[in-house]
Amino acid sequence: MKKIIIVGAGTAGTMMANKLRKSLSKKEWEITIFDKYRTHYYQPGFLFIPFGTYTQKDVIKQKAVFIPNGVNIIYAEIDRIDADQNKVLLTDGKEYSYDFLVIATGCQTKPEETPGLKEANWYKNIFDFYTIEGAVALHAFFKDWQGGRLVMTITELPFKCPVAPLEFVFLADAYFTKRGIRDKVEIIFTTPMSGAFTKPKATAMLGRLLSEKNIKLIPDFYVESVDSENNVIHSYDGKEVAYDCLTIVPVNMGDEVIARSGLGDDLNFVPTDKNTLRSIAHENIFVLGDASNIPASKAGSVAHFASEALIGNMLEAINGKPMSHSFDGHANCYIETGFGKASLIDFNYTTEPLPGKYPVPLVGPFTLLGNSCINHLGKLAFKTMYWEFLLKDRKLPVSNNMSMAGKIKD
Amino acid sequence: MAQKTYAGIVLEVNEEGYMLEKNQWTKEIAKAIAQEENIELTEKHFEVIEFLRDRVAKGEGLTIRSIGKSGIVDIKGFYGLFPGAPLKLATRIGGLPKPVSCV
Repeated sequence: MKKIIIVGAGTAGTMMANKLRKSLSKKEWEITIFDKYRTHYYQPGFLFIPFGTYTQKDVIKQKAVFIPNGVNIIYAEIDRIDADQNKVLLTDGKEYSYDFLVIATGCQTKPEETPGLKEANWYKNIFDFYTIEGAVALHAFFKDWQGGRLVMTITELPFKCPVAPLEFVFLADAYFTKRGIRDKVEIIFTTPMSGAFTKPKATAMLGRLLSEKNIKLIPDFYVESVDSENNVIHSYDGKEVAYDCLTIVPVNMGDEVIARSGLGDDLNFVPTDKNTLRSIAHENIFVLGDASNIPASKAGSVAHFASEALIGNMLEAINGKPMSHSFDGHANCYIETGFGKASLIDFNYTTEPLPGKYPVPLVGPFTLLGNSCINHLGKLAFKTMYWEFLLKDRKLPVSNNMSMAGKIKD
Repeated sequence: MAQKTYAGIVLEVNEEGYMLEKNQWTKEIAKAIAQEENIELTEKHFEVIEFLRDRVAKGEGLTIRSIGKSGIVDIKGFYGLFPGAPLKLATRIGGLPKPVSCV
C-alpha cells in the first residue's frame, strides 16, 4: 500500500484530504491526516465576534465532520518531519512513513515575538482578534467601553487575512456609531506598509474609505515593542503611538513543527514553488495554504484556488508524469466596510485588484473595488459556502485561475 | 520609465527611481544615489547592500526581519543606516528592484 500523509487538518489539509481520496484508489493508496486539535474554526468569522455579530458557536465545528471516509484521521502532536527518510515522527515516539507528503500546517500568531506585548495587560486592554480567545475577550471589553483611543496595529508582513485589520476598523467605526459614542472613540490604524494596502487601485480605494470614516492612517510604522504600562507602541525608528485599547495583528509565523523539521525560512514558512506548489527542497513534498512562502495572500480563497492546481500536479507526480498545472496566485477577498456594505477584491500574482463585476461581466452580482450591500451578503453567505462547499470539495461557480472577465482595465 | 545619470553613467530607472538593470550597479552608482538622499555610504552600508544583493541573486525574499537576523546589523541599526523606509531606500541605493510587499 502506498501512502500519502497530510500534516494539518485545517482549511487546506481538509480540502486536500477530500480531493486526494476522490482521486486515488483506496486499494492502492492509504491517506492519513494529522492534527493536534479536534476543533475546526471558521477563522473569517473571528472578525465579527468583537462586535457581537457572531458568537463562538457560529465559528466552531469538529474537524472530523469534514474528513471523508477512507481517510485516517489521527489527533496527535508531530515532533518533526524527517524529509530525508520520508517519515513523520510523533512526540509519543510513533513513526509514520509516506510516499508523498502534503504540508498544511498553516500559520499562527506569535505575540511573544514583540517585546512587551504578551504581558500583564494582554486581553485587558490589548487584544488580537486572530484567536477565538482574543476575539471573545475583545467583545467583553467593547461591551462596556465608553470610548478612548482605539489603535489597530499590524506588526509584520506577511500575515493571514490581509484585509482583516481594515475590516476591523471599518466595523469599529460602524459599531461605535450605532452605539452613539463614535465621537468619543478615536480610531487609528498603523501599518508597516506605505499605504492602506499594497497595490495602487486598492490602496487608493481603501485609503479613501479610511479618510471618509475618520480613521487615521499611520503608514511606515514598524512596531519594535509595546510599553503596556504606559499604553504606548514604539516603532524601530523612534516613533510612538499612544492607545487606550490596542488591537494588534501579532507577528505571524509558520508552525513550530516546520522549524523543528528544518524545513522553513526565518518565519517558519516552507520554501515552495509558487506555480507547482511543490517544496523547493523535496520532490515528494507539497505545500498548501498559509504554511508556504509563496508570494500570494495568506487566505482561505488562495488555498482553495491553489488546491485545484495542486491536486492536478500531485496526481501527475504520483504517476511519474511532469507537472502541468500552474497556480496563478489567484486570491479573492471580501472586505467588510461597515453599515451593511462590503467591497471585493479579486487578483493574482501579476494582476492587481481591478474594478468591475464578479464573477459575471456586467451582471456580477458582486462589485469589484466598489462598496455594495450585495457584497456584504456575499461575505455573510460565505460562511455557509465554506462549511458546505469549500471544505468538502464541492464545486464553486467561479473560475480557478483569476479571470479578466468583468474587469475594467485602464 | 526614465533615464538618470549616476556617476557619469546613464541608467534606465522606473518611475520610482529604481534601476531596471541590476547588473549595471556599481559602488560609485550607489554613492551617487545615496548622495541624493543626503547619505554618505560607509562600509556597514555596503555590507548590508551586499547581503541584500546576495539574497536577490538567490531568489530569496527581502524582509527587514531577515536583515535584523543577518548578523550585520540589528533592525534599529538598519533604520540608522537607511532612515525612513530602510528597505525601500537600501534596495534603491543597491540597484535592486523595490521589494514587493506581500500581504
